[in-house]
Amino acid sequence: MQTYSFDQKHIINIPTEKALTTENLQVFYGDNHAMHDATLEFPRYRITALIGASGSGKSTYLRCLNRMNDAIATVKGKIIYRDTDINSKKINVYEVRKHISMVFQRPNPFAKSIRENITFALKRNGIKDKQELAYRVENSLKSAALWDEVKDDLDKSALALSGGQQQRLCIARCVAMKPDILLLDEPASALDPISTAKIEETLKELRKSYTIIIVTHNMQQASRIADYTAFFHMGHVLEYDKTEKIFTNPQIKATEDYISGNFG
Amino acid sequence: MNSKAANNVATGVIYLLVTAVVGILVFLLGYILVTGIPHVSMHFLTSAAQSFKAGGGIRDQLFNSLYLLVLTLIISFPIALGSGIYLSEYAPNNWFTSLIRTAIEVLSSLPSVVVGLFGYLVFVIKFNVGFSILAGAIALTFFNLPLLTRSIEESLEDVPDLQREAGLSLGLSRWKTITGIVFPAALPGILTGIILSAGRVFGEAAALIYTAGQSAPIVSYSNWNPFSPTSFLNPMRPAETLAVHIWKVNTEGVTPDALQISSGASAVLIVVILLFNLGARYLGNWMFKKMTAAK
Repeated sequence: MQTYSFDQKHIINIPTEKALTTENLQVFYGDNHAMHDATLEFPRYRITALIGASGSGKSTYLRCLNRMNDAIATVKGKIIYRDTDINSKKINVYEVRKHISMVFQRPNPFAKSIRENITFALKRNGIKDKQELAYRVENSLKSAALWDEVKDDLDKSALALSGGQQQRLCIARCVAMKPDILLLDEPASALDPISTAKIEETLKELRKSYTIIIVTHNMQQASRIADYTAFFHMGHVLEYDKTEKIFTNPQIKATEDYISGNFG
Repeated sequence: MNSKAANNVATGVIYLLVTAVVGILVFLLGYILVTGIPHVSMHFLTSAAQSFKAGGGIRDQLFNSLYLLVLTLIISFPIALGSGIYLSEYAPNNWFTSLIRTAIEVLSSLPSVVVGLFGYLVFVIKFNVGFSILAGAIALTFFNLPLLTRSIEESLEDVPDLQREAGLSLGLSRWKTITGIVFPAALPGILTGIILSAGRVFGEAAALIYTAGQSAPIVSYSNWNPFSPTSFLNPMRPAETLAVHIWKVNTEGVTPDALQISSGASAVLIVVILLFNLGARYLGNWMFKKMTAAK
């Protein structure tokens, strides 16, 4: 495999409002230094894609952003959200995750009905009003483009849905919590092209009211939906810019090789 | 020998071994049922045992077995649930956890006579509980705990980690994730585990001879006060169970129909345990279907 310098980087700052910023984020799995120095700014109400080869650290990085790595890794550095470092020990991680929600690679609906999948976390967080719950169910399913397909089957088990529907239900489940930021870890990689297209449409809609950060293996997907793209390589962020610049005029050799398929 | 022939030989040997296992089981069940069922009648199930005359039943013994089982589960389930949740969800992978696991293994392989004598010396004599359903239930808890803990732990572990991550990523605490998401998803497995361990408890004899005792005093099934000595619900009375009754009738029974009684009681015991097993499968499947498919 070709070696690239980690010193040459091209990382832009975001001129508009920032939703989330990381400073010198480093991740260690025991002795394994999985993520070196990730300093990135994420613009509000935009989609940012994280691309890179397997093992480049993009998923690891994403999982740090709402502290899902707490149990398995040591995370150093700062994650600034609303002027607060949420990577601090003092932070209530459960509160963080209500603001920064995550959708995983494999659809993981609860073994409950479609309705309960959405209302479960809401109820546990103190929302008891039936009208409010019904409103959130309908609204979140609509914003995940699933409402028309399931509106008559809300009390059926979520496990009876297709993979693509399940994944949109997982997105709806996050949206119902009214988070600020949605993290998506390769949400379409286990899905067929039609389901993928639906997910992408959903994300484009959601961008109006959410900041979205998505890890993807699929470069076409990044170029289709993302406003900004970051390229990860072996635990380093080598390039971060507007998506069209990354795909048409990359500044770093590694990025250019990766997007043109001459990598490794 | 070419690989196809080797495969055929291996398959043949495996079939033979499986047939042997099934054959032994069928022979055993068949023998017990064929010799026992003719002696089972409504009268047999609903009348009290006789010490000297023929024509005694197993009413009290059957009830005692069920009551003992319920008490045992009431004592052991909460403990097993707690330790199962700890082992599956919270325990770190270190020497202490593996010590706990080893302890559970050892507990499950203790000979029942030893547990019975231990219960006799500690509860019946030392704590002055006397031969009682309570002492029996505590002794049976020793058997039941490791089985239940393991089955609860395994059922919880069978729930994919993705479910836990889903709960956590929605801002739910770990405890809420476990009680609200992981536990319900594991419930079919846990129920199956409870029923299967119930079968084991139901058939236990050796541990009960010294704890629950070998006598079935006359109780009234209309006395619902559990503190009254003649109440069928009184946990402090001695209680001979079905399995103990079979053993006793066979070894020192003086009734002329001792053989018939023990055959009949054995058949009843086997049928109840079979019902438990089938019930466990049915209930597990039913719950799983209810969760995964349309209601």
